[in-house]
Amino acid sequence: MQNLWIIPALPLLGFLVNGIFGRKMPKLMVSLTAVLSVVLSFAYVLFVLSSAKSLDQPAVEHYFTWIQSGAFNVGFDYQVDKLTAIMLLVVTGIGSLIHIYSTGYMAHEEGYWRFFAYLNLFMFFMLNLVLAANYLLVFVGWEGVGLCSYLLIGFYFTKKSATDAGNKAFIVNRIGDFGVALAMFLIFITFKSLDFHKVFALAPGKPVATLTAIALLLLVGAAGKSAQLPLYVWLPDAMEGPTPVSALIHAATMVTAGVYLCARSSVIFVHSPAAMDTVAMVGLATAVFAAVIGLAQNDIKKVFAYSTVSQLGYMFLGVGVGAFSAGVWHLVTHAFFKALLFLGAGSVIHACHGEQDMRQMGGLRKYAPVTFATLGCASLAIAGFPFTSGFYSKDAILVAAHAHAPWMFWVAVFTAGMTAFYVWRAYFMTFFGKYRGHGHPHESPVSMTGPLVILAALSLAGGFLFNVPEILGKMFQVEAEGAEAATLTYISVAFGLAGIGLAYFLYVVNSALPDKIASSLGGLYTLVYNKFFVDELYDVTVVQPTVNGSRTLLWRGIEHYVIDGVVRGVGANALNIGGVLKHLQSGNIRSYATWVVIGGAVLLILMGVGGFAFAGGVR
Amino acid sequence: MDLNALVHGVPVSWYLVLSAMLFAIGAAGFVLRRNIITVFMCIELMLNAVNLTFIAFSHELKSVHGHIFTFFVMVVAAAEAAVGLAIILTVFKNRSTLNIDEVSTLKN
Amino acid sequence: MEIFFFLLFAIVALACALNVVLQKHPISSALSLVGVMVSLAVLYLMLGAEFIAMAQVVVYAGAVMVLFIFVIMLLNAGAETRKGGSITAQVLGIPALLAFFAALVFLITTYYPGLSPVKFGDFTGGGAREIGMKLFSSYLLPFEVTSVLILIAIVGAIVLARKELD
Repeated sequence: MQNLWIIPALPLLGFLVNGIFGRKMPKLMVSLTAVLSVVLSFAYVLFVLSSAKSLDQPAVEHYFTWIQSGAFNVGFDYQVDKLTAIMLLVVTGIGSLIHIYSTGYMAHEEGYWRFFAYLNLFMFFMLNLVLAANYLLVFVGWEGVGLCSYLLIGFYFTKKSATDAGNKAFIVNRIGDFGVALAMFLIFITFKSLDFHKVFALAPGKPVATLTAIALLLLVGAAGKSAQLPLYVWLPDAMEGPTPVSALIHAATMVTAGVYLCARSSVIFVHSPAAMDTVAMVGLATAVFAAVIGLAQNDIKKVFAYSTVSQLGYMFLGVGVGAFSAGVWHLVTHAFFKALLFLGAGSVIHACHGEQDMRQMGGLRKYAPVTFATLGCASLAIAGFPFTSGFYSKDAILVAAHAHAPWMFWVAVFTAGMTAFYVWRAYFMTFFGKYRGHGHPHESPVSMTGPLVILAALSLAGGFLFNVPEILGKMFQVEAEGAEAATLTYISVAFGLAGIGLAYFLYVVNSALPDKIASSLGGLYTLVYNKFFVDELYDVTVVQPTVNGSRTLLWRGIEHYVIDGVVRGVGANALNIGGVLKHLQSGNIRSYATWVVIGGAVLLILMGVGGFAFAGGVR
Repeated sequence: MDLNALVHGVPVSWYLVLSAMLFAIGAAGFVLRRNIITVFMCIELMLNAVNLTFIAFSHELKSVHGHIFTFFVMVVAAAEAAVGLAIILTVFKNRSTLNIDEVSTLKN
Repeated sequence: MEIFFFLLFAIVALACALNVVLQKHPISSALSLVGVMVSLAVLYLMLGAEFIAMAQVVVYAGAVMVLFIFVIMLLNAGAETRKGGSITAQVLGIPALLAFFAALVFLITTYYPGLSPVKFGDFTGGGAREIGMKLFSSYLLPFEVTSVLILIAIVGAIVLARKELD
């Protein structure tokens, strides 16, 4: 026993303390509780991993039987293997940095304690998700992080757009959760268990069609949580939340839960080529689609949000072509550089007094040098600049994609070029040229720049520090190996550098050109700028029919006549029956006692007639 | 009934029947008496009858668990007596009556 | 020998129990109840329940009954008054009781006809030592909870019986 429960219990404790007493506590105490609970959790993870003998086989810890109903038996079990270990390190490590950063970023906000309580609760659910040893417990974490995401997106609840975004995230995620729930039902029917070790042991012998169905349903869930096509729409809107939330939940950890779920269920996916292809296609399509939208956004957080969607697409591509460990590797490095991008964006927004539009920024390198430098590291990493973290993981995915189908490689590598372009476009618009905003920009406090520097180091060196495919070793059954890796690497690096170069040319050297290009493209630009009108499309095809149908049929029809009718009927009947029965309630103790004696007599007679069930129990 | 057997001791069933009789008498007192204190004493009588059953079965099974049950019943009965009598005191203070038929606030 | 003592104390217990119900004055009922309890204590002793027999005398016949008599004296309760009443209790009470009693005796005689005879000294597991061992090992938690129950009862009794409820 390694007492794994301590890992999520610490943030839960922090949540309880801050949630219950936070309002009354001084700010210092709130931040101390929140930060310490996560940092201690991180320290405990390190302790567990260093004291673990071997992580090749998951060490399951059973705490208690949670649900027992006939053949359905679910335990409250945690397990740790290499995949979980990597996720634990990322979640608690990045979580700690972002908690520290938040103490600076949120210092002047209303509801400081509420923010940290939610953040700690999120950590609890996320850790529960990665530690869980069966699907139902994963689902608890899955729903829990969704709840926290909703609460934190709508953190500024007086702002209508924020609460709307929260609702949108919650509702879109429900679709995915529905998929996961159905997948769990199917898993239970097929395997008679939800425990990972049992399911994965039995999976090879099951019919491919069933496994494909399970895998596709899991993919629906993963697409909802990890913002893949067609359920990606909530993630860009989720940027209404405070920036640390965007970094922690909507970039580094929660949105990668879908990738984690696929990697965790790799045994099921591997046995279903059709599902694998679907995963790869969804991932690739999302990567391209989001990258194109990202080209034309002006809100710095929106740019990074679309880049998150796009990068998540890469991870799914990796998983889909069979390179699970490459997908997880990209998950880890992405957590480093995307958290840094968002935190850096937060620092930029902080510097510009809350301005998020990049057209109102510029020239910030003089005013915020630390942010400038660290954000540069992150941008290099995401562009796949040689020997940065993103270079390694993206390269691993691209090589695997080439081995699977060369055309996938070319699409992905072109997308990598676009990624480099729009991230560096944002970088140049923010830090170069002249300051176009109002007031005097300033550098952020040390509590914010400190985590930035650490993350910058990880973004640069994280690739070879955490060589995930090497760590995971033979954990996954299928691993695509690329032969002509060197050539492919040169190609992808060339595309990345081309993207950076183009951005430099358009936004630093000749900054009048982009507007001209935009106007010459006309309708196409409008289409991209408005995100392909996907939100509007969903509104017309799904939201409006649902709302109208609910209003006319469900509300006026079923609700009014059927449900209300039943309720009123029940009430009226209860009144009539009660009118008869009320004479029994005389209020006289002796009459009550008589009824008790009569009841006792009837019971005894029934026992005598039915044969005393307990007879013979004596001997 | 084999009279020779009686020389060896009383059958446990006899204790059970005695217990049933005491319980019935207690229940009768509860149903028929109006004085709240007497009613209360009848409850104690029923509790005692049940205790006798516990002890008799304990003897039959040669186990001490029935004794423990009886012990707890006694403790609860003592607590109940304390609170019940306090309630009786309060009722009497407010209504100046000990007749339970007159205490029927539950109805309204 | 056993049959003699059993019959003697069973009859005393039944007679006293009937007296509890039939006496008009509560004080007579209370004294009869003491009689029931003492004879039950003797029966407990014959069944090998030494500790419970002692507790019966000390707790029930002693403490609880003193409390009853104290309240009767305090309230100066006289013979009961006949005012108001329940038709249900008068009409259904006696038949229901008889049915209840008959069913009970029928069950006992049908399903437990030949339980082993009770002979004094057959079972010696009811001493203070054995009860103590059980009480402080397997039944420790219920025992401790009981102390809380008694504390609550004390507080409740004090609150209820206070002169002024302000």
